[in-house]
Amino acid sequence: MFHRLSFIPGRLLRALPVILGVTIVVFLMVHLLPGDPAIAILGDKGTPQRIAALREQLGLNQPLWLQYATFLGRLLQGNFGTSLVNNRPVAELVFQAVPVTLTLLLFALILSLLISIPLAAIAATRPNGGRDLGVRAFTLLGQGMPQFWVGIMLILLVSVELRLFPVGGYGMTDAEHLYYLFLPALTLAISMAPTIIRSLRASTIASLGSDYVATARSKGSAGSALFRQHVLRNAAIPTISVIGVNLGYLVGGSIVIERVFAIPGLGSLMLTGIFARDFPTIQAVALVVALFVIIIGILTDVLYTLLDPRVNFSKEARA
Amino acid sequence: MTPSNLLSVNNLSLGVTRAKHPATTIVKDVSFGVDRGERFGIVGESGSGKSLTLRAIAGLLPQGIDVFGGEINYEGRDLLRVTPNERRALMGPEIAMVFQEPMTALNPVMRVGEQIAEGPRRHLGLSRKKADALAIEMMAKTGIPDPAKRSRAYPHELSGGLRQRIMIAMALSCQPKLLLCDEPTTALDVTVQHQVLRLLENLCDDFGAALVFVTHDLAVVNQTCETLAVMYAGHIVETGWVKDVFRDPRHPYTRGLLDSAPDFDQPNRPLRPIPGFPPNLAERPAGCSFAPRCAQVQAGCLDSSPTLMPVTANRTAACFETRTMFEGMPA
Amino acid sequence: MSTPSALLARHQEKRRASRPRSLKPWYQNPSLVAGLIVVGALVLIAVLAPVLAPYDPVKQDLQNALQDPGAAHWLGTDKYGRDVLSRLIWGAQIDLRIGFLAVLIPFVIGSVVGALAGYFGGWFDSIVMQIVDIFFAFPFYVMVIVLVFVFGAGEASIYLAISAISWVAYAKIVRGEVLVAKKQDYVAAARLGGLSHGRVIARHIGPNVLSQALIYAMSDVVMDIMAIVTLGYLGLGIAPPTAEWGSMILDGQEFITTQWQQATIPGLVIVVASLGLSWIGDGLSDLLSPERRK
Repeated sequence: MFHRLSFIPGRLLRALPVILGVTIVVFLMVHLLPGDPAIAILGDKGTPQRIAALREQLGLNQPLWLQYATFLGRLLQGNFGTSLVNNRPVAELVFQAVPVTLTLLLFALILSLLISIPLAAIAATRPNGGRDLGVRAFTLLGQGMPQFWVGIMLILLVSVELRLFPVGGYGMTDAEHLYYLFLPALTLAISMAPTIIRSLRASTIASLGSDYVATARSKGSAGSALFRQHVLRNAAIPTISVIGVNLGYLVGGSIVIERVFAIPGLGSLMLTGIFARDFPTIQAVALVVALFVIIIGILTDVLYTLLDPRVNFSKEARA
Repeated sequence: MTPSNLLSVNNLSLGVTRAKHPATTIVKDVSFGVDRGERFGIVGESGSGKSLTLRAIAGLLPQGIDVFGGEINYEGRDLLRVTPNERRALMGPEIAMVFQEPMTALNPVMRVGEQIAEGPRRHLGLSRKKADALAIEMMAKTGIPDPAKRSRAYPHELSGGLRQRIMIAMALSCQPKLLLCDEPTTALDVTVQHQVLRLLENLCDDFGAALVFVTHDLAVVNQTCETLAVMYAGHIVETGWVKDVFRDPRHPYTRGLLDSAPDFDQPNRPLRPIPGFPPNLAERPAGCSFAPRCAQVQAGCLDSSPTLMPVTANRTAACFETRTMFEGMPA
Repeated sequence: MSTPSALLARHQEKRRASRPRSLKPWYQNPSLVAGLIVVGALVLIAVLAPVLAPYDPVKQDLQNALQDPGAAHWLGTDKYGRDVLSRLIWGAQIDLRIGFLAVLIPFVIGSVVGALAGYFGGWFDSIVMQIVDIFFAFPFYVMVIVLVFVFGAGEASIYLAISAISWVAYAKIVRGEVLVAKKQDYVAAARLGGLSHGRVIARHIGPNVLSQALIYAMSDVVMDIMAIVTLGYLGLGIAPPTAEWGSMILDGQEFITTQWQQATIPGLVIVVASLGLSWIGDGLSDLLSPERRK
């Protein structure tokens, strides 16, 4: 079993050029600003002295390749620069925000699975039956709703009308964190669930009609044992990659949802950075978020390999 | 169809009903009986209804196929009317099945030993350890070399022949009285086919299990079965002892099948394919279903369809022509 | 559903599961007809906004601020006393226009790059795919927000930001389709028959491949509309006081306890629009997908 995981070092190695490319894109963001980046960043606050100081801080007086080398060198030391707003190290701000966003993402992932697996199972047992049509209507609508709007609607229904959960914020203790994160996580889960349901429904239908399920039935397997051991274990495999890709979407969505619910994660950090024209912070968040997506991709491959004995990334060339 | 039969299928009809369409009957009035320990073959072309009949016995009819009528008696119980729980209890220790495609019929993400052990754990109440040991024992009985190591393999890591042996080990693991086989050797190489057929035969004898063996290949039936039924377009057209039927087929379709298959004892005999195609089941001809393709067709064959009638001892055939021949002979 | 990579994954999943091409004419395809009716109605409303809207969408009337829905203002007024219905109607112009137009540039650029990468392969293909991987690492919203900020406020920078990101999905789709098409016998036959590379792409590969890009484009329009309203909601999109659905939701959120309809209704309109567009996409994929290849 474990020799099949021997692809991991190679997979990590292949991620390196992507990570390098990501740092280049993040680095170039400053240079996409029209005109002199220092002037653009400072806007109307730009006295000649301050502009000169910022040019110095951003290293804008050096040739481009040297600027990038300096940028990369600092990144490797965990130095994301200094916030232009409060002069704190950006790394510090980011490391405060990362656990918040990670908790939110994990929470959302768990909720979306709790929503998706039963709904997909219900829909798949009787394709085109009444329940299936209901589930399909949910997936269709779920995909058409703007995420932030779902959040606002949940605030309206659950917080304002039913007074069950807070309208926003993050709380103080760990238990409070989970309580405050429930609605935002549910919002993300609702917008992610339709994709999972679609994929899982299709693969469950295929699995239910498969020969190996007939075999399992001919052994007297039925009900939840049949579903767990034979149907779900197979149906989950194609869905794993769908979830992996969509977690990247969740990462992007959390940026917006943190804004809706006033949660002090990476998204709030980035948006505050945007409004304050705090470029080092924006760059750091963009970089960290891209790293999230790359890591999720690798984890997906690992999980896929563990679940499907037929897959062997060690031997196969990348498709 | 004596009461002592292990399995007796009576007037089974299966088909499809769709909204806005007339119902299509795919299997019509099929009846046969299987004794304890008997090896019974059902032969027919694809689409003849043989596999559906088998799946009806196993309770595995695909979605959309309905039972229009008849009964399937297994030890006095009608399998078409048992509750899902009774069915679950039957499948494995009483009735087991071997499928055509050992690749798709095995769960691709489960170790084969675990798949064999699943039935015994559920039905015989064995512990995981004992069930695993039984699985390895069953694999050894089916002639799988190094069974302890192979039991930890996944299906895709084994050859087709080994996979089918796994299927057979799985089916026999709870010592069923009735083994249903749906073209179990069609997907295998010819050399492996023969080994697997021998194995099935021997194991059924060892375990005292009766066999219902569905295939399109007459030669396979000849190797494996004692009795057979020939199906055409959803009907049984001829039944009898395999040896009798092979020596003296009484239905023109059976005769056509034999003439169209190569015979290794007479390699120079010309092959004569049956002209035409099986009928569209949605628009069955009024008379005998085989009439449009039959060399001995007569005027009456197009008007009414013949039923199975005794021809000689333990022989039946559904053909007017055969009956007149039979009636003309001394009893 | 809004990120090119996720959208792409769904597109490819559908593509694999694609049913055989429907042989019925387009007007007998229920999804397509329903989608065309919904989207057509919305486009008509957008075009006829000057006629249909009962009030000026940006004219403030502070005396009549925050009115409940009634005879004078069917959907009430916002905090500046602007008529919500009129803003909704004018908002259709902005959101649908940007949604549709923003697809054009990435469609063209992505398809061309993807076709070249798939057809010629080699180092060019490797570089393109490496760039695609890098772009897919950034979540869509993160990239759009950063780029719109970098390029400065306004419609033009929204087009630019969306185009800069979403071409990669077209490139990947078209490249994949070209790779498949290249293996087909008729393409080899065309090359052997002496047709130039350009002709082979244009005549024999193009039509099949582009239909997949077109099907994807429908969901891409939905994604772009989501991006625009999200930018509007975050206060980074079309500058106020121009009527735009996303910023209307932002304005309405403030009064969620007293006037829930202000934040709710623009969202419902967005749902209807994306429903219509995905129906068109489903219909197109019924009509355009090639026969199942085995």
